[in-house]
Amino acid sequence: MDEPVPVRRTLGGWALIAVPYVWLLIFFLAPFLIVFKISLSQIAVAIPPYIPTFDLASGWQAFFEKLGELSFENYLWLTQDDLYWKSYISSVIIAGISTLLTLVIGYPIAYGMARSPQSLRPTLLMLVILPFWTSFLIRVYAWIGILKNEGLLNQLLLTLGIIDEPLVILNTNMAVYIGIVYSYLPFLVLPLYASLERLDGSLLEAAEDLGCPPWLAFWKITLPLSLPGVIAGCFLVFIPAVGEFVIPDLLGGSDTLMIGKTLWTEFFNNRDWPVSSAVAVILLMILVIPIILFQNQQQKIAEKEA
Amino acid sequence: MTRGPSWFNVTSLVVGFSFLYLPIVLLVIYSFNKSRLVTVWGGFSVEWYVSLLHNEQLLDAAWVTLRVAFVSASVATVLGTAAALVLVRSGRFFGRSLFSGMIFAPLVMPEVILGLSLLLLFVAMDQSRGFWTVILAHTTFAMCYVAVVVQSRLVGFDKSIEEAAEDLGCPPVKTFFLITLPIILPGVVAGWMLAFTLSLDDLVVASFTTGPGATTLPMKIYSQVRLGVTPEINAVCTILVVLVTIGVIAASLATRRQQVQKERDERTAFGAEG
Amino acid sequence: MAKKSIGPVRREFTPWETPDHPPFIEFRNVTKMFGDFTAVDNLSLKIYEREFFALLGGSGCGKTTLMRMLAGFEAPTAGQIFLDGQDLAGIPAFRRPSNMMFQSYALFPHMSVEKNIAFGLKQDKLDAAEIRDRVAEMLRLTKLEQFAKRKPHQLSGGQRQRVALARSLAKRPKVLLLDEPLGALDRKLREETQFELMNIQEELKTTFLIVTHDQEEAMTVADRIAVMDKGKLVQVATPAEIYEAPNSRFVADFIGDVNLIEAKVSRKSGEGTLLESVCEGFAIETNQETDAGIGDRVWYAIRPEKVRIAHGRRDQDAANQIDGLVWDIAYLGDVSIIHSKVGESEKDTILRATFANVSRMVDNPITWDDEVVLSFDRDAGVILRG
Repeated sequence: MDEPVPVRRTLGGWALIAVPYVWLLIFFLAPFLIVFKISLSQIAVAIPPYIPTFDLASGWQAFFEKLGELSFENYLWLTQDDLYWKSYISSVIIAGISTLLTLVIGYPIAYGMARSPQSLRPTLLMLVILPFWTSFLIRVYAWIGILKNEGLLNQLLLTLGIIDEPLVILNTNMAVYIGIVYSYLPFLVLPLYASLERLDGSLLEAAEDLGCPPWLAFWKITLPLSLPGVIAGCFLVFIPAVGEFVIPDLLGGSDTLMIGKTLWTEFFNNRDWPVSSAVAVILLMILVIPIILFQNQQQKIAEKEA
Repeated sequence: MTRGPSWFNVTSLVVGFSFLYLPIVLLVIYSFNKSRLVTVWGGFSVEWYVSLLHNEQLLDAAWVTLRVAFVSASVATVLGTAAALVLVRSGRFFGRSLFSGMIFAPLVMPEVILGLSLLLLFVAMDQSRGFWTVILAHTTFAMCYVAVVVQSRLVGFDKSIEEAAEDLGCPPVKTFFLITLPIILPGVVAGWMLAFTLSLDDLVVASFTTGPGATTLPMKIYSQVRLGVTPEINAVCTILVVLVTIGVIAASLATRRQQVQKERDERTAFGAEG
Repeated sequence: MAKKSIGPVRREFTPWETPDHPPFIEFRNVTKMFGDFTAVDNLSLKIYEREFFALLGGSGCGKTTLMRMLAGFEAPTAGQIFLDGQDLAGIPAFRRPSNMMFQSYALFPHMSVEKNIAFGLKQDKLDAAEIRDRVAEMLRLTKLEQFAKRKPHQLSGGQRQRVALARSLAKRPKVLLLDEPLGALDRKLREETQFELMNIQEELKTTFLIVTHDQEEAMTVADRIAVMDKGKLVQVATPAEIYEAPNSRFVADFIGDVNLIEAKVSRKSGEGTLLESVCEGFAIETNQETDAGIGDRVWYAIRPEKVRIAHGRRDQDAANQIDGLVWDIAYLGDVSIIHSKVGESEKDTILRATFANVSRMVDNPITWDDEVVLSFDRDAGVILRG
């Protein structure tokens, strides 16, 4: 096609945009604004358990009056109680370590898949995707029975005589790492496999032909060219892992601090909606940067392909 | 990239896939354990499956979950397909980047934030929570997954096929149903399946947005898991895993068979010409 | 002396030479902008009934946009388009009496060949018997009878192309639009199909408008060609006129191979014009008139096959004889293209001559570094001003 093809938009075309757009505005964007608003409110013993700070129902006049009375108390509270900032930092660290571990385990899998015979690849691909379809909760739960003190792993190691007394893994950060790596492995393997599979094998042959030994060819050719896949995969693990709740709750111990769990506790156990909203707002702000970076990277890849 | 399998590659695949599948396999095996102590093998038994049939609460929760998943997946498929069409076809319009951001963000957004924000919306709307609020919540994040799946199908779609239909006298809306939809149908079906399983699996968002009388299966499982591992839970999990596995394998075998058949046809067609 | 004419005369069909002949398709001052980009620039064009008309140009020249505006996929930014006397403004694509054959064929992958061909007829709500007859007729016309039940992916490229043609002809459109219809076929099949297209057009007597970037294709099939560049028409003429009498360097260079010699007008007389090449110091005698004044810079365009090449001065009849040195030879089998350096300037000016290899064995063949004479007649080339 020679010329850029513009879009002729009819009434139907506008409706097509409007329906999903309005849905997302109501059920995705508006809730965030409400979270933000409530994070500036004060806790109250009531249903709902907060005092609305401002309400558009009372008109713009009241809105501006109230604007002066906004309560940043909840945010102040987050800085004062070290539970919160420790949770934030610990979430980022746990997610970071888990992401690296996932990469270390996931790269050889993706590489092995990309190097496997063509006929085997669809099957392997399906084997990676299948756990993604299986319930997250179930997969995390499956590890409890393995990691427990009297669990299968300890039984095995004791029988083999490798250890004398059971290892304590469950309810430690170690178990959280295992849980995150296990649950998010497909998210890393899939984009990585996609970029490794696209890699032209003749590039490696060319490198070897020019006198480069295979291990160096991997370092100089394969790794740099698979970098977009590595980055995409790491983002896909890191971003959701920071806000993870189920894994630290089921596998972690009482000293495992993760912000998702803190938010959950604040909300369901302490019923402090304004503070949990403030926690969510800060979490979102922490994640906005990697999310934007990720989206930019994806866009660049898409543009390169187009 | 095609080269012979090396020992390193084979080992990493075997170890990697064992890691992915062993926990699930163990879970399935121990669901047939006679002993109540889940980690001690006490012989083969299906008693936990039998006792499931009498667990009214669990069955209720399963029924609620299936209905939620069915309705939310169906609505999400319609909305997500529309969103995918907008993303691929609508060119530039006011607020396009906001729109694509809203489609994209829920895919990586922590579930606690999604759940909390939707709950606060329902409270602000003075909406009593229960079955329908869970459906609205699930529809919202599932439609984004559907949009992404359908979008990937639409990107490879030759737009001139639609123009050809219009050129032959078919109005745009009719063209969508006669031409576009049948061609992207595999993507739409895959999107529906994904939305269905996402809704089936969700614990966090449902916990926030549900109300009395609408306890979903994951919530039920979660509350029991917190009390400890039981073979009964293993049995429920096994059933879910088996159902999803059968569904996914059947679907992917069907598409692959179609693909293979198509490739064979194409080879024959071109062979005949050459 | 017999009357001289340019090129073969295809048939007694030259409505464009009759001043009052009503056009079938008319673009009147049509402009199309995409943002800041002007795809079609204030263009006017008349196409006549039963004509096989080609829009020829490089990518981005606006030819596809022009066709898509006629089909109704784009709306002109300014100007009007008429088809059979009707202003097409505001009529959506699905109500226009034209049909299009797409570059990608755009066959419906989930429908059989029959269903694809019947699709347009069903939109017109024809009755079943009529649809059946029409589909059968189209299958016969495109020799696809045995493939009626197949799906597009079960067909070869050439068969798909014929389905696309059958589908766009089934509704008996007033105009058939063909967008690079043969681009996806290999060379041999493409040449065969060009003749098939011409035969079908003769049989149906429909007006055909083809868009192509392939000059050979345009010259083979079309009654007239419009050469386009940057959204404007450069020349609209028969294939032979376009080739033998291009109106600009762009057209001369775009169609076929050409030697362009920069020159100055040194003398004008009743019998023609004498040119002096700018740097190479040889004169060119032509029998052409030009409106350029003495001393003006012009270009002399001469096709390689009009240049004869020989050892020594054997061709005394030719008005122009230039000394040259053989620099390179491309042996193509049927002909050889011989590049010779001519003139005395520092700059290497190359003149290409086509040498027909009429004998298998040649005594004393022209070879590298030979001194040769390049000769051509007074009417062999054209003088171009721009």
